[in-house]
Amino acid sequence: MPDTTRSLSSGWGRVLVFVYGVFAVAATGRSLVQLGTDADRAPLAYSLSLVAAVIYLVATTCLLLGGRPAWVAACIACSIELAGVLSVGVLSYAATDLFPDKTVWSHFGQGYGYLPLVLPFAGLAWLRAHRPEPSRASYS
Amino acid sequence: MEVWLQVLVYAAAGVALVGTVILLVRDRPPGDPMYLVLAVVELLLLLQLVLGSIALATTSRDVSGVLFVSYLVGIALALPVGAFWSLAERTRAGTAVLALAVLTVIALELRLTTIWEGAGA
Repeated sequence: MPDTTRSLSSGWGRVLVFVYGVFAVAATGRSLVQLGTDADRAPLAYSLSLVAAVIYLVATTCLLLGGRPAWVAACIACSIELAGVLSVGVLSYAATDLFPDKTVWSHFGQGYGYLPLVLPFAGLAWLRAHRPEPSRASYS
Repeated sequence: MEVWLQVLVYAAAGVALVGTVILLVRDRPPGDPMYLVLAVVELLLLLQLVLGSIALATTSRDVSGVLFVSYLVGIALALPVGAFWSLAERTRAGTAVLALAVLTVIALELRLTTIWEGAGA
């Protein structure tokens, strides 16, 4: 039974926060450069880069904050991330004309060592193991 | 860009990666020798920030300046942030953060080379 009183960002959660943080910076940087220099070339891919960046930022922040609302928000962010990487991964193989330039999630995150594919699973597993107990704190 | 410097960065980062992985496997917290190696990598990265900026200013290559400099800065930030973040967690997880920070440096260094060679964003 995992210790649910520890915060989301301690223990192995620290590793998760670090990786999410790196991806938040990487995706934000990538989308800003893409949208700033050549927005018309691949608007869909570049918008998705920006969406990915926001998701990673939300996930990182929520893991750092801890607590029940942040836990729920982190679950939503990781679920959207999972759906995103799976759908963009499939589409980038199936409908190549939609993606003239790459996003973080293209080809299931191939350009990033497939970490974008592994990350949402790791995040959801960590969140599941560290589910906050409902309103226990208000009685103490 | 200076090839010898990049070779040194890869070599030092490689030593740091092997070191952190050994610590991870043996479940030992990083000690002074490990931090010394990481400091050497960081010094090389700071030197690369200076020499890389000079190289960018003097080159006739078609290098995306903003992108190149942001990578030079980002790569120099990875280790301090990772080391700081791992300090509060003196367990295997903390060592794993250090190992991932070193991996980030290697990944960014590879990208830096591609950007310098003009592959663009």
